[in-house]
Amino acid sequence: MLYRENGQFKTSYRADQQIFPIVQDRWAMLAILLIGFVLVPAFASDYMFRAILVPFLIMAMAAVGVNILVGYCGQISLGSGAFMAVGAYGAFNFFARIPGLPLIPALILGGLCATVFGILFGLPSLRVRGLYLAVATLAAQFFADWMFLRIKWFTMDTPSGSVSVSNLQVLGWPIESATSKYLFCLALLVLVALAAKNLVRSAIGREWMAIRDMDVAAAVIGIRPMYAKLSAFAVSSFIIGVAGALWAFVYLGAWEPAAFSVEMSFRLLFMVIIGGLGSIMGSFFGAAFIVVLPIFLNQFLPWAAGLVGFVISTAGVSHAEQMIFGALIVWFLIVEPHGLAKLWSTGKQKLRLWPFPH
Amino acid sequence: MGFFLETLIGGLMTGMLYSLVALGFVLIFKASGVFNFAQGAMVLFAALAMARFAEWIPAWTGIASPVFANVAAFVLAGAVMFAVAWLIEKLVLRHLVNQEGATLLMATLGITYFLEGVGQTFFGSNIYKIDIGMPKDPMMAFESTFQGGILINKEDLVAALIAAALVALLSLFFQKTSTGRALRAVADDHQAAQSIGIPLARMWVIVWCVAGVVALVAGMIWGSKLGVQFSLTTVALRALPVVILGGLTSVPGAIIGGLIIGVGEKLSEVYLGPFVGGGIEIWFAYVLALGFLLVRPQGLFGEKIIDRV
Repeated sequence: MLYRENGQFKTSYRADQQIFPIVQDRWAMLAILLIGFVLVPAFASDYMFRAILVPFLIMAMAAVGVNILVGYCGQISLGSGAFMAVGAYGAFNFFARIPGLPLIPALILGGLCATVFGILFGLPSLRVRGLYLAVATLAAQFFADWMFLRIKWFTMDTPSGSVSVSNLQVLGWPIESATSKYLFCLALLVLVALAAKNLVRSAIGREWMAIRDMDVAAAVIGIRPMYAKLSAFAVSSFIIGVAGALWAFVYLGAWEPAAFSVEMSFRLLFMVIIGGLGSIMGSFFGAAFIVVLPIFLNQFLPWAAGLVGFVISTAGVSHAEQMIFGALIVWFLIVEPHGLAKLWSTGKQKLRLWPFPH
Repeated sequence: MGFFLETLIGGLMTGMLYSLVALGFVLIFKASGVFNFAQGAMVLFAALAMARFAEWIPAWTGIASPVFANVAAFVLAGAVMFAVAWLIEKLVLRHLVNQEGATLLMATLGITYFLEGVGQTFFGSNIYKIDIGMPKDPMMAFESTFQGGILINKEDLVAALIAAALVALLSLFFQKTSTGRALRAVADDHQAAQSIGIPLARMWVIVWCVAGVVALVAGMIWGSKLGVQFSLTTVALRALPVVILGGLTSVPGAIIGGLIIGVGEKLSEVYLGPFVGGGIEIWFAYVLALGFLLVRPQGLFGEKIIDRV
């Protein structure tokens, strides 16, 4: 009743091709932005910002990047953690070595480092694909792990590669309080998500999808596989790199190479699977799910165990968490291979017809 | 010269163990087209089961003989692996028939997490010992040929022999038995095999069981070398470039790939490592495999895939 599109006529191509063609969607999006920028900072607690909201925003940005590569271009990558690490350490190097470099250029330069790294390790995708490529991207992961641990130049000769940043500010506005961190990340995420959404709707996005669906056929109809694959690697690793720099600068503050281990790569991949491959919206769902689930389980499992008169240890919780993670991934792949985003769009589809089922 | 040969032999021995883990990947990929990322978790799970059963069995039965405990633990752990294989087929793979390789890969990633969690919940997450009575003391060889001779680790030698025996056994199984023939038929073409009456589901259970046993043997050997602990899963990550190098579908590829990676790793660490800060063995294998893929995308012995639109 409330959510339907009949009666909304498009009289120009512009109107027909906008991101949210239905007026209710546009209002909903505006409302979400309003809530995000105004209501949440006014009401959320410090714990909410630090433990949930800031990690969610940064992970969502990384998931958008991974989704471009894995979901839209079909190149499975197990090396996303490495791209984050390169972004983080790249940005750190520019930030620490060039005195007075503002934060945003440092983040962008970090992203560009990740782009170069991504293109370099994306080169094998021209020759190999699918499972072979997934393993090949692990090379990027292990190489980055090693590089930031062993090559002292990247970490300014600190022992064990741990570095820290301080005095972050954007245009004279200090990024110290939880609220300012949140707003900064949110603003960047909105920009990145908008850019990504528009990219995947454009010609280059359609090339990626053609490569994903069948690269031989795509090449036959005149799509250059090299250009399409490498551009996907470049765009995706830029976004992941910026997210990595944010994760290090804004969320962690001080970090070491282990913060971007292969575990991180898997986590990012799970976000994309659970959220929905090939959907920008899905990246947000997936990130929210993966960020909130451990916190929820940490609270819920001891409580549930306590109900049946059983004490569960911290190790027990983390093992149970692993099991639930694994089971959920398998369950999602079997029941809903398109992830939470598909459930969302099915829900919207049903809502259009409501209250009549047909 | 003696030192070089020592490194080389050490590399070959480690390589043999890598091939053992890689074999698990290849077996499953050959018969079902699933790239089994969970092989590492299976190795950990099997080793954990074996170590813990060997500890518990004397307490359960009251028989103190370590031989009996080890044999019984091996059998029990094997039974557990069979159960795991059956459950994986029943609960996961059956529902993912005809999905893309990528989906199946991610499903095995999920299985990895699940198995790691279950294994550590049931069997504990400390470091455990597997003691199957392997000789620990090193052995000297070629003392007359080279000055100082070559130091060979007896444990490695025994491990390599066990691995070689297992590989020979598996080749016999695949070449000579009717089940092996059926498995090869399934590997060639699922639909054709099914149409001549080969039960696909049962074949998958069998091949996962075989992979489970391979994981058990690999876990036993690695576990008695390094101790059973969580880091055993990283052994599987080390074995991945082996599969890539040898080709996903080739059993000899897994073995030769393992030897090449083992030797390459050791030699690079010894002769190249000092120049770049050491610790390069982890990524060197990957970069080696990657470089090779650029020249020959299907690996050493892999089948060339012809694409049609």
